[in-house]
Amino acid sequence: MSVLTNHLDLFLYTFGQTLQLFAISAVLSLVLGTILAALRVSPVPVFRGIGATYVTVLRNTPLTLVFVFFVFAYPLLEIVKIEPYTAAVVSLSLYTAAFVCEVVRSGINTVPVGQAEASRALGLTFTQMLGNVVLPQALRSVVPPMTSTMIALLKNTTVASGFAVVQAGSIRDSLSEAGENVLFGLLWVAIGFVILVMPLTYVQQVFEKRWSVAR
Amino acid sequence: MSMVLFDVPGPKARVRHKIMAVVGIAVALAAVVYVVMRFIATDQFSARRLDWINYKQIQLSLVEAIGNTLSAFALGAVLALVFGAIFAAARLSDHGWVRAPAAVIVEIFRAIPLVIMMFFFYYGLPVAGVKLSAFTAVVISLMLYNGSVLAEIFRAGINALPRGQSEAAYALGMRKTQVMMLVLLPQALRAMLPTIISQLVVLLKDTALGFLITYEELLRWGTRIGNDAVNFGRPMIPVMIVVALIYIGLCLLLTWLANYLEKRNRRNKKVIHTDDDAAAQVQLGAASTAVGGGLTV
Repeated sequence: MSVLTNHLDLFLYTFGQTLQLFAISAVLSLVLGTILAALRVSPVPVFRGIGATYVTVLRNTPLTLVFVFFVFAYPLLEIVKIEPYTAAVVSLSLYTAAFVCEVVRSGINTVPVGQAEASRALGLTFTQMLGNVVLPQALRSVVPPMTSTMIALLKNTTVASGFAVVQAGSIRDSLSEAGENVLFGLLWVAIGFVILVMPLTYVQQVFEKRWSVAR
Repeated sequence: MSMVLFDVPGPKARVRHKIMAVVGIAVALAAVVYVVMRFIATDQFSARRLDWINYKQIQLSLVEAIGNTLSAFALGAVLALVFGAIFAAARLSDHGWVRAPAAVIVEIFRAIPLVIMMFFFYYGLPVAGVKLSAFTAVVISLMLYNGSVLAEIFRAGINALPRGQSEAAYALGMRKTQVMMLVLLPQALRAMLPTIISQLVVLLKDTALGFLITYEELLRWGTRIGNDAVNFGRPMIPVMIVVALIYIGLCLLLTWLANYLEKRNRRNKKVIHTDDDAAAQVQLGAASTAVGGGLTV
Protein backbone atom coordinates (compact mmCIF):
# COMPACT_ATOMS: atom_id res chain seq x y z
CA MET A 1 0.00 0.00 0.00
CA SER A 2 2.85 2.35 0.84
CA VAL A 3 4.11 2.16 -2.75
CA LEU A 4 0.82 3.59 -3.94
CA THR A 5 0.42 6.25 -1.24
CA ASN A 6 4.05 7.43 -1.44
CA HIS A 7 3.91 7.78 -5.22
CA LEU A 8 0.29 8.72 -5.70
CA ASP A 9 1.31 11.68 -7.89
CA LEU A 10 3.32 9.40 -10.15
CA PHE A 11 0.45 6.91 -10.48
CA LEU A 12 -2.13 9.59 -11.20
CA TYR A 13 0.10 11.36 -13.70
CA THR A 14 1.09 8.22 -15.63
CA PHE A 15 -2.45 6.85 -15.75
CA GLY A 16 -3.54 10.28 -16.96
CA GLN A 17 -0.94 9.99 -19.73
CA THR A 18 -2.24 6.50 -20.57
CA LEU A 19 -5.78 7.85 -20.88
CA GLN A 20 -4.58 10.75 -23.01
CA LEU A 21 -2.65 8.43 -25.31
CA PHE A 22 -5.71 6.17 -25.48
CA ALA A 23 -8.13 9.02 -26.24
CA ILE A 24 -6.05 10.55 -29.05
CA SER A 25 -5.30 7.18 -30.66
CA ALA A 26 -8.92 6.08 -30.30
CA VAL A 27 -10.24 9.12 -32.16
CA LEU A 28 -7.59 8.87 -34.89
CA SER A 29 -8.03 5.12 -35.37
CA LEU A 30 -11.83 5.43 -35.49
CA VAL A 31 -11.57 8.08 -38.22
CA LEU A 32 -8.92 6.22 -40.22
CA GLY A 33 -10.62 2.86 -39.69
CA THR A 34 -13.95 4.17 -40.95
CA ILE A 35 -12.29 5.65 -44.04
CA LEU A 36 -10.59 2.29 -44.66
CA ALA A 37 -13.91 0.48 -44.22
CA ALA A 38 -15.45 2.86 -46.76
CA LEU A 39 -12.63 1.94 -49.15
CA ARG A 40 -13.19 -1.76 -48.52
CA VAL A 41 -16.91 -1.66 -49.36
CA SER A 42 -16.58 0.80 -52.25
CA PRO A 43 -17.63 -0.26 -55.77
CA VAL A 44 -14.15 0.54 -57.15
CA PRO A 45 -11.94 -2.59 -57.08
CA VAL A 46 -8.72 -0.56 -56.72
CA PHE A 47 -9.99 1.07 -53.52
CA ARG A 48 -10.98 -2.31 -52.15
CA GLY A 49 -7.51 -3.63 -52.97
CA ILE A 50 -5.80 -0.74 -51.18
CA GLY A 51 -7.99 -1.21 -48.11
CA ALA A 52 -7.48 -4.97 -48.08
CA THR A 53 -3.69 -4.67 -48.42
CA TYR A 54 -3.50 -2.19 -45.55
CA VAL A 55 -5.60 -4.39 -43.29
CA THR A 56 -3.73 -7.59 -44.14
CA VAL A 57 -0.32 -6.02 -43.53
CA LEU A 58 -1.17 -4.20 -40.30
CA ARG A 59 -3.27 -6.98 -38.78
CA ASN A 60 -0.52 -9.54 -39.23
CA THR A 61 2.28 -7.34 -37.89
CA PRO A 62 2.97 -7.24 -34.14
CA LEU A 63 2.27 -3.83 -32.62
CA THR A 64 5.76 -3.83 -31.12
CA LEU A 65 7.19 -4.05 -34.63
CA VAL A 66 5.13 -1.02 -35.71
CA PHE A 67 6.54 0.83 -32.70
CA VAL A 68 10.09 -0.21 -33.53
CA PHE A 69 9.58 0.99 -37.06
CA PHE A 70 8.35 4.44 -36.10
CA VAL A 71 10.80 4.96 -33.23
CA PHE A 72 14.02 3.47 -34.68
CA ALA A 73 13.63 3.10 -38.44
CA TYR A 74 11.49 6.06 -39.46
CA PRO A 75 13.97 8.75 -38.26
CA LEU A 76 16.56 7.28 -40.66
CA LEU A 77 14.37 8.38 -43.57
CA GLU A 78 14.78 12.03 -42.49
CA ILE A 79 11.24 13.08 -43.47
CA VAL A 80 9.77 14.92 -40.48
CA LYS A 81 11.22 14.59 -37.01
CA ILE A 82 8.71 13.15 -34.54
CA GLU A 83 8.79 12.83 -30.77
CA PRO A 84 8.47 9.36 -29.20
CA TYR A 85 5.01 10.38 -27.98
CA THR A 86 3.88 11.21 -31.51
CA ALA A 87 5.44 7.98 -32.75
CA ALA A 88 3.40 6.10 -30.13
CA VAL A 89 0.18 7.82 -31.20
CA VAL A 90 0.89 7.11 -34.88
CA SER A 91 1.75 3.45 -34.25
CA LEU A 92 -1.28 2.82 -32.05
CA SER A 93 -3.63 4.61 -34.47
CA LEU A 94 -2.37 2.90 -37.63
CA TYR A 95 -2.42 -0.52 -35.96
CA THR A 96 -5.87 -0.15 -34.38
CA ALA A 97 -7.36 1.38 -37.55
CA ALA A 98 -6.97 -2.01 -39.29
CA PHE A 99 -9.10 -3.65 -36.59
CA VAL A 100 -11.65 -0.82 -36.56
CA CYS A 101 -11.94 -1.21 -40.34
CA GLU A 102 -12.72 -4.91 -40.05
CA VAL A 103 -15.32 -4.33 -37.33
CA VAL A 104 -17.13 -1.63 -39.34
CA ARG A 105 -16.96 -3.63 -42.56
CA SER A 106 -18.35 -6.81 -41.02
CA GLY A 107 -21.03 -4.69 -39.36
CA ILE A 108 -22.16 -3.34 -42.72
CA ASN A 109 -22.06 -6.83 -44.19
CA THR A 110 -24.43 -8.18 -41.52
CA VAL A 111 -27.24 -5.99 -42.86
CA PRO A 112 -29.29 -8.16 -45.26
CA VAL A 113 -29.08 -7.09 -48.91
CA GLY A 114 -32.89 -6.88 -49.03
CA GLN A 115 -32.83 -3.90 -46.65
CA ALA A 116 -30.85 -1.73 -49.05
CA GLU A 117 -32.76 -3.03 -52.06
CA ALA A 118 -36.09 -2.30 -50.40
CA SER A 119 -35.06 1.23 -49.46
CA ARG A 120 -33.92 1.89 -53.03
CA ALA A 121 -37.22 0.52 -54.29
CA LEU A 122 -38.98 2.99 -51.98
CA GLY A 123 -37.03 5.78 -53.64
CA LEU A 124 -34.76 6.73 -50.75
CA THR A 125 -31.59 8.58 -51.69
CA PHE A 126 -28.18 7.11 -50.89
CA THR A 127 -27.77 9.22 -47.73
CA GLN A 128 -31.29 8.42 -46.56
CA MET A 129 -30.71 4.73 -47.13
CA LEU A 130 -27.39 4.82 -45.29
CA GLY A 131 -28.60 7.04 -42.45
CA ASN A 132 -32.07 5.62 -41.86
CA VAL A 133 -31.83 1.99 -42.87
CA VAL A 134 -28.37 0.46 -43.13
CA LEU A 135 -26.24 2.21 -40.50
CA PRO A 136 -28.73 1.95 -37.59
CA GLN A 137 -28.84 -1.80 -38.15
CA ALA A 138 -25.11 -2.09 -38.72
CA LEU A 139 -24.42 -0.15 -35.51
CA ARG A 140 -25.99 -2.91 -33.43
CA SER A 141 -23.49 -5.47 -34.58
CA VAL A 142 -20.63 -2.95 -34.55
CA VAL A 143 -20.72 -1.57 -31.01
CA PRO A 144 -19.87 -4.70 -28.97
CA PRO A 145 -16.79 -5.73 -31.05
CA MET A 146 -15.80 -2.05 -31.31
CA THR A 147 -15.75 -1.87 -27.52
CA SER A 148 -13.45 -4.92 -27.49
CA THR A 149 -11.16 -3.21 -29.99
CA MET A 150 -11.03 -0.09 -27.84
CA ILE A 151 -10.32 -2.15 -24.71
CA ALA A 152 -7.45 -3.76 -26.60
CA LEU A 153 -6.20 -0.30 -27.60
CA LEU A 154 -6.28 0.85 -23.98
CA LYS A 155 -4.19 -2.15 -22.94
CA ASN A 156 -1.91 -1.78 -25.95
CA THR A 157 -0.83 1.71 -24.85
CA THR A 158 1.49 -0.07 -22.39
CA VAL A 159 3.63 -1.29 -25.30
CA ALA A 160 4.97 2.27 -25.40
CA SER A 161 6.90 1.46 -22.18
CA GLY A 162 9.78 0.14 -24.24
CA PHE A 163 10.04 3.35 -26.24
CA ALA A 164 10.55 6.14 -23.70
CA VAL A 165 6.93 7.27 -23.62
CA VAL A 166 5.60 8.06 -20.16
CA GLN A 167 2.40 6.13 -19.38
CA ALA A 168 1.21 3.60 -16.80
CA GLY A 169 3.61 0.92 -18.11
CA SER A 170 6.63 3.09 -17.38
CA ILE A 171 5.86 3.33 -13.66
CA ARG A 172 8.23 0.40 -13.20
CA ASP A 173 11.22 2.47 -14.38
CA SER A 174 10.48 5.32 -12.00
CA LEU A 175 9.87 2.95 -9.07
CA SER A 176 13.05 0.94 -9.58
CA GLU A 177 15.00 4.19 -9.85
CA ALA A 178 13.50 5.33 -6.55
CA GLY A 179 14.44 1.94 -5.05
CA GLU A 180 10.83 1.08 -4.34
CA ASN A 181 9.20 -2.35 -4.31
CA VAL A 182 8.55 -3.02 -8.02
CA LEU A 183 6.46 -6.10 -7.27
CA PHE A 184 3.76 -4.16 -5.42
CA GLY A 185 4.07 -1.22 -7.78
CA LEU A 186 3.25 -3.47 -10.75
CA LEU A 187 0.40 -5.07 -8.81
CA TRP A 188 -1.10 -1.60 -8.37
CA VAL A 189 -0.67 -0.88 -12.08
CA ALA A 190 -2.47 -4.14 -12.85
CA ILE A 191 -5.29 -3.21 -10.47
CA GLY A 192 -5.49 0.20 -12.11
CA PHE A 193 -6.03 -1.43 -15.50
CA VAL A 194 -8.63 -3.82 -14.12
CA ILE A 195 -10.49 -0.78 -12.74
CA LEU A 196 -10.28 0.97 -16.12
CA VAL A 197 -11.28 -2.05 -18.22
CA MET A 198 -14.08 -3.51 -16.08
CA PRO A 199 -16.63 -0.71 -16.71
CA LEU A 200 -15.96 -0.95 -20.46
CA THR A 201 -16.51 -4.73 -20.41
CA TYR A 202 -19.71 -4.18 -18.45
CA VAL A 203 -21.01 -1.62 -20.95
CA GLN A 204 -20.16 -4.00 -23.78
CA GLN A 205 -22.11 -6.85 -22.18
CA VAL A 206 -25.13 -4.60 -21.58
CA PHE A 207 -25.19 -3.50 -25.22
CA GLU A 208 -24.70 -7.04 -26.44
CA LYS A 209 -27.61 -8.34 -24.36
CA ARG A 210 -29.98 -5.51 -25.18
CA TRP A 211 -29.32 -5.56 -28.90
CA SER A 212 -29.23 -9.28 -29.38
CA VAL A 213 -32.84 -9.34 -28.15
CA ALA A 214 -33.91 -6.54 -30.47
CA ARG A 215 -32.78 -8.37 -33.56
CA MET B 1 -17.48 -8.02 -52.04
CA SER B 2 -20.28 -6.14 -50.39
CA MET B 3 -23.23 -5.39 -52.63
CA VAL B 4 -25.37 -4.08 -49.80
CA LEU B 5 -24.86 -0.42 -50.49
CA PHE B 6 -24.75 -0.14 -54.25
CA ASP B 7 -26.87 -0.97 -57.24
CA VAL B 8 -25.27 -2.59 -60.25
CA PRO B 9 -23.52 0.38 -61.92
CA GLY B 10 -24.91 1.84 -65.11
CA PRO B 11 -22.82 3.35 -67.93
CA LYS B 12 -22.29 6.71 -66.16
CA ALA B 13 -21.35 5.09 -62.87
CA ARG B 14 -18.96 2.75 -64.68
CA VAL B 15 -17.15 5.72 -66.20
CA ARG B 16 -17.05 7.42 -62.81
CA HIS B 17 -15.64 4.26 -61.22
CA LYS B 18 -12.96 4.07 -63.89
CA ILE B 19 -11.91 7.66 -63.20
CA MET B 20 -11.85 6.95 -59.46
CA ALA B 21 -9.81 3.81 -60.08
CA VAL B 22 -7.24 5.82 -62.03
CA VAL B 23 -7.09 8.43 -59.25
CA GLY B 24 -6.77 5.69 -56.65
CA ILE B 25 -3.93 3.99 -58.48
CA ALA B 26 -2.20 7.36 -58.92
CA VAL B 27 -2.44 8.21 -55.21
CA ALA B 28 -1.24 4.77 -54.12
CA LEU B 29 1.61 4.85 -56.61
CA ALA B 30 2.59 8.36 -55.51
CA ALA B 31 2.77 7.19 -51.89
CA VAL B 32 4.90 4.16 -52.79
CA VAL B 33 7.15 6.21 -55.06
CA TYR B 34 7.64 8.81 -52.32
CA VAL B 35 8.68 6.18 -49.79
CA VAL B 36 11.03 4.52 -52.29
CA MET B 37 12.51 7.96 -53.12
CA ARG B 38 13.20 8.48 -49.41
CA PHE B 39 14.81 5.04 -49.26
CA ILE B 40 17.05 5.97 -52.17
CA ALA B 41 17.74 9.54 -51.01
CA THR B 42 18.89 8.34 -47.58
CA ASP B 43 20.66 5.35 -49.15
CA GLN B 44 18.89 2.63 -47.12
CA PHE B 45 19.78 -0.17 -49.50
CA SER B 46 23.48 0.53 -49.97
CA ALA B 47 25.79 -2.47 -50.23
CA ARG B 48 27.07 -1.78 -46.72
CA ARG B 49 23.56 -1.81 -45.25
CA LEU B 50 22.76 -5.13 -46.94
CA ASP B 51 26.10 -6.69 -46.06
CA TRP B 52 24.71 -8.41 -42.95
CA ILE B 53 22.92 -10.94 -45.14
CA ASN B 54 26.26 -12.43 -46.18
CA TYR B 55 27.47 -13.36 -42.71
CA LYS B 56 26.93 -16.95 -41.74
CA GLN B 57 26.95 -16.00 -38.06
CA ILE B 58 24.07 -13.58 -38.58
CA GLN B 59 22.11 -16.04 -40.71
CA LEU B 60 22.42 -18.60 -37.94
CA SER B 61 21.37 -16.07 -35.30
CA LEU B 62 18.32 -15.22 -37.43
CA VAL B 63 17.31 -18.88 -37.53
CA GLU B 64 17.85 -19.07 -33.79
CA ALA B 65 15.73 -15.94 -33.24
CA ILE B 66 12.89 -17.36 -35.33
CA GLY B 67 13.26 -20.57 -33.32
CA ASN B 68 12.94 -18.60 -30.08
CA THR B 69 9.82 -16.84 -31.32
CA LEU B 70 8.28 -20.12 -32.46
CA SER B 71 9.15 -22.02 -29.30
CA ALA B 72 7.59 -19.29 -27.14
CA PHE B 73 4.57 -19.45 -29.44
CA ALA B 74 4.30 -23.25 -29.39
CA LEU B 75 4.66 -23.65 -25.64
CA GLY B 76 2.47 -20.61 -24.96
CA ALA B 77 -0.23 -21.90 -27.32
CA VAL B 78 -0.34 -25.39 -25.80
CA LEU B 79 -0.42 -24.04 -22.24
CA ALA B 80 -3.04 -21.42 -23.15
CA LEU B 81 -5.27 -24.08 -24.72
CA VAL B 82 -4.99 -26.25 -21.59
CA PHE B 83 -5.57 -23.24 -19.31
CA GLY B 84 -8.54 -22.20 -21.45
CA ALA B 85 -10.07 -25.69 -21.41
CA ILE B 86 -9.75 -26.01 -17.63
CA PHE B 87 -11.20 -22.58 -16.90
CA ALA B 88 -13.98 -22.94 -19.47
CA ALA B 89 -14.97 -26.21 -17.81
CA ALA B 90 -14.84 -24.47 -14.43
CA ARG B 91 -17.02 -21.59 -15.66
CA LEU B 92 -19.56 -24.06 -17.04
CA SER B 93 -19.61 -26.03 -13.79
CA ASP B 94 -22.86 -26.69 -11.93
CA HIS B 95 -21.26 -25.70 -8.63
CA GLY B 96 -21.26 -22.04 -7.74
CA TRP B 97 -18.08 -22.30 -5.68
CA VAL B 98 -16.18 -23.48 -8.77
CA ARG B 99 -17.86 -21.11 -11.21
CA ALA B 100 -17.39 -17.86 -9.30
CA PRO B 101 -13.63 -17.94 -8.67
CA ALA B 102 -13.01 -19.12 -12.24
CA ALA B 103 -15.07 -16.21 -13.59
CA VAL B 104 -13.13 -13.72 -11.44
CA ILE B 105 -9.75 -15.10 -12.52
CA VAL B 106 -10.65 -15.12 -16.21
CA GLU B 107 -12.03 -11.58 -16.09
CA ILE B 108 -8.99 -10.25 -14.24
CA PHE B 109 -6.41 -11.82 -16.54
CA ARG B 110 -8.30 -10.55 -19.55
CA ALA B 111 -8.20 -7.01 -18.18
CA ILE B 112 -4.48 -6.79 -17.36
CA PRO B 113 -2.25 -5.73 -20.27
CA LEU B 114 0.17 -8.43 -21.36
CA VAL B 115 3.11 -6.02 -21.00
CA ILE B 116 2.30 -5.41 -17.34
CA MET B 117 2.07 -9.18 -16.77
CA MET B 118 5.47 -9.72 -18.39
CA PHE B 119 7.00 -6.91 -16.33
CA PHE B 120 5.44 -8.44 -13.24
CA PHE B 121 6.96 -11.87 -13.85
CA TYR B 122 10.31 -10.61 -15.11
CA TYR B 123 11.01 -7.51 -12.99
CA GLY B 124 8.52 -7.86 -10.14
CA LEU B 125 8.94 -11.43 -8.93
CA PRO B 126 12.72 -11.23 -8.32
CA VAL B 127 11.86 -8.78 -5.52
CA ALA B 128 10.08 -11.66 -3.80
CA GLY B 129 13.07 -13.91 -4.47
CA VAL B 130 11.65 -15.77 -7.48
CA LYS B 131 13.88 -15.40 -10.51
CA LEU B 132 12.34 -16.33 -13.86
CA SER B 133 14.06 -16.36 -17.22
CA ALA B 134 12.73 -14.05 -19.90
CA PHE B 135 11.43 -17.10 -21.79
CA THR B 136 9.47 -18.36 -18.78
CA ALA B 137 8.04 -14.89 -18.11
CA VAL B 138 6.90 -14.59 -21.74
CA VAL B 139 5.35 -18.07 -21.81
CA ILE B 140 3.54 -17.69 -18.48
CA SER B 141 2.13 -14.31 -19.48
CA LEU B 142 1.00 -15.62 -22.86
CA MET B 143 -0.62 -18.59 -21.15
CA LEU B 144 -2.52 -16.51 -18.58
CA TYR B 145 -3.77 -13.85 -20.99
CA ASN B 146 -4.57 -15.92 -24.06
CA GLY B 147 -5.75 -18.81 -21.89
CA SER B 148 -8.36 -16.52 -20.35
CA VAL B 149 -9.48 -15.30 -23.76
CA LEU B 150 -9.65 -18.90 -25.02
CA ALA B 151 -11.67 -19.90 -21.95
CA GLU B 152 -14.27 -17.32 -22.98
CA ILE B 153 -14.21 -18.59 -26.57
CA PHE B 154 -14.72 -22.20 -25.43
CA ARG B 155 -17.51 -21.20 -23.09
CA ALA B 156 -19.27 -19.17 -25.76
CA GLY B 157 -18.92 -22.07 -28.21
CA ILE B 158 -20.52 -24.54 -25.82
CA ASN B 159 -23.26 -22.11 -24.84
CA ALA B 160 -24.08 -21.43 -28.49
CA LEU B 161 -25.13 -25.05 -29.06
CA PRO B 162 -28.89 -25.70 -29.08
CA ARG B 163 -30.08 -26.71 -25.63
CA GLY B 164 -31.81 -29.76 -27.07
CA GLN B 165 -28.40 -31.35 -27.57
CA SER B 166 -27.56 -31.61 -23.89
CA GLU B 167 -31.18 -32.23 -22.91
CA ALA B 168 -31.38 -35.19 -25.30
CA ALA B 169 -28.06 -36.52 -24.02
CA TYR B 170 -29.24 -36.30 -20.40
CA ALA B 171 -32.51 -37.97 -21.40
CA LEU B 172 -30.49 -40.85 -22.79
CA GLY B 173 -29.01 -41.29 -19.33
CA MET B 174 -25.55 -39.87 -19.99
CA ARG B 175 -23.59 -38.35 -17.15
CA LYS B 176 -22.28 -34.78 -17.07
CA THR B 177 -18.81 -35.72 -18.28
CA GLN B 178 -20.21 -37.91 -21.03
CA VAL B 179 -22.56 -35.17 -22.23
CA MET B 180 -19.66 -32.75 -22.41
CA MET B 181 -17.11 -35.09 -23.98
CA LEU B 182 -19.32 -37.05 -26.36
CA VAL B 183 -22.00 -34.57 -27.36
CA LEU B 184 -21.16 -30.93 -26.69
CA LEU B 185 -17.39 -30.68 -27.22
CA PRO B 186 -17.16 -32.36 -30.65
CA GLN B 187 -19.82 -30.02 -32.05
CA ALA B 188 -18.56 -26.88 -30.32
CA LEU B 189 -14.93 -27.48 -31.32
CA ARG B 190 -15.91 -27.60 -34.97
CA ALA B 191 -17.70 -24.27 -34.79
CA MET B 192 -14.96 -22.64 -32.69
CA LEU B 193 -11.91 -23.75 -34.65
CA PRO B 194 -11.53 -20.59 -36.79
CA THR B 195 -11.91 -18.35 -33.72
CA ILE B 196 -9.39 -20.41 -31.77
CA ILE B 197 -6.86 -20.15 -34.57
CA SER B 198 -7.28 -16.40 -34.95
CA GLN B 199 -6.60 -16.15 -31.22
CA LEU B 200 -3.45 -18.19 -31.83
CA VAL B 201 -2.43 -15.62 -34.46
CA VAL B 202 -2.79 -12.98 -31.73
CA LEU B 203 -0.62 -15.13 -29.47
CA LEU B 204 2.04 -15.41 -32.18
CA LYS B 205 2.10 -11.63 -32.58
CA ASP B 206 2.20 -11.15 -28.82
CA THR B 207 5.46 -13.09 -28.57
CA ALA B 208 7.04 -9.91 -30.00
CA LEU B 209 6.28 -8.24 -26.65
CA GLY B 210 9.12 -10.37 -25.29
CA PHE B 211 11.24 -7.66 -26.91
CA LEU B 212 10.33 -5.39 -23.98
CA ILE B 213 11.75 -7.82 -21.39
CA THR B 214 14.94 -8.65 -23.33
CA TYR B 215 13.75 -12.03 -24.61
CA GLU B 216 15.97 -12.85 -27.61
CA GLU B 217 13.22 -13.30 -30.20
CA LEU B 218 12.90 -12.19 -33.80
CA LEU B 219 12.18 -8.51 -33.16
CA ARG B 220 15.01 -8.16 -30.68
CA TRP B 221 17.34 -9.78 -33.20
CA GLY B 222 16.13 -7.22 -35.73
CA THR B 223 16.84 -4.21 -33.52
CA ARG B 224 20.25 -5.61 -32.59
CA ILE B 225 21.35 -5.98 -36.22
CA GLY B 226 19.47 -2.86 -37.31
CA ASN B 227 21.19 -0.65 -34.72
CA ASP B 228 24.65 -1.90 -35.64
CA ALA B 229 26.22 1.38 -36.77
CA VAL B 230 29.83 0.14 -36.64
CA ASN B 231 29.70 -2.78 -39.06
CA PHE B 232 26.67 -2.10 -41.21
CA GLY B 233 25.78 1.61 -40.77
CA ARG B 234 22.42 1.02 -39.04
CA PRO B 235 20.54 -1.12 -41.60
CA MET B 236 17.29 -0.75 -39.60
CA ILE B 237 15.03 -0.34 -42.66
CA PRO B 238 16.06 -3.47 -44.63
CA VAL B 239 16.23 -5.57 -41.45
CA MET B 240 12.79 -4.44 -40.28
CA ILE B 241 11.34 -5.19 -43.72
CA VAL B 242 12.72 -8.72 -43.47
CA VAL B 243 11.40 -9.15 -39.91
CA ALA B 244 7.97 -7.80 -40.87
CA LEU B 245 7.78 -10.15 -43.85
CA ILE B 246 8.61 -13.13 -41.62
CA TYR B 247 5.94 -12.18 -39.09
CA ILE B 248 3.34 -11.54 -41.79
CA GLY B 249 4.24 -14.82 -43.48
CA LEU B 250 3.88 -16.80 -40.26
CA CYS B 251 0.57 -15.14 -39.37
CA LEU B 252 -0.85 -15.58 -42.87
CA LEU B 253 0.10 -19.25 -42.74
CA LEU B 254 -1.95 -19.64 -39.56
CA THR B 255 -4.82 -17.55 -40.99
CA TRP B 256 -4.79 -19.64 -44.13
CA LEU B 257 -5.06 -22.74 -41.95
CA ALA B 258 -8.07 -21.18 -40.20
CA ASN B 259 -9.78 -20.42 -43.52
CA TYR B 260 -9.02 -23.89 -44.83
CA LEU B 261 -10.51 -25.50 -41.73
CA GLU B 262 -13.55 -23.25 -41.92
CA LYS B 263 -14.15 -24.21 -45.53
CA ARG B 264 -13.70 -27.90 -44.89
CA ASN B 265 -15.97 -27.53 -41.91
CA ARG B 266 -18.72 -25.94 -43.97
CA ARG B 267 -18.49 -28.54 -46.70
CA ASN B 268 -19.51 -31.73 -44.96
CA LYS B 269 -22.04 -31.73 -42.21
CA LYS B 270 -24.47 -34.53 -42.55
CA VAL B 271 -23.40 -36.22 -45.73
CA ILE B 272 -22.22 -39.77 -45.22
CA HIS B 273 -20.70 -41.19 -48.38
CA THR B 274 -22.12 -44.55 -49.28
CA ASP B 275 -21.89 -46.63 -52.40
CA ASP B 276 -25.63 -46.70 -52.65
CA ASP B 277 -26.65 -43.99 -55.12
CA ALA B 278 -30.22 -43.59 -53.98
CA ALA B 279 -29.23 -43.29 -50.35
CA ALA B 280 -26.61 -40.67 -51.26
CA GLN B 281 -29.23 -38.65 -53.12
CA VAL B 282 -31.58 -38.65 -50.17
CA GLN B 283 -28.83 -37.66 -47.75
CA LEU B 284 -27.57 -34.91 -50.01
CA GLY B 285 -31.08 -33.52 -50.21
CA ALA B 286 -31.43 -33.62 -46.46
CA ALA B 287 -28.07 -31.96 -46.00
CA SER B 288 -28.86 -29.15 -48.40
CA THR B 289 -32.17 -28.38 -46.70
CA ALA B 290 -30.39 -28.41 -43.36
CA VAL B 291 -27.81 -25.92 -44.62
CA GLY B 292 -30.42 -23.85 -46.42
CA GLY B 293 -32.65 -23.79 -43.37
CA GLY B 294 -29.84 -22.33 -41.32
CA LEU B 295 -29.73 -25.23 -38.89
CA THR B 296 -25.96 -25.31 -38.97
CA VAL B 297 -23.97 -23.15 -36.60
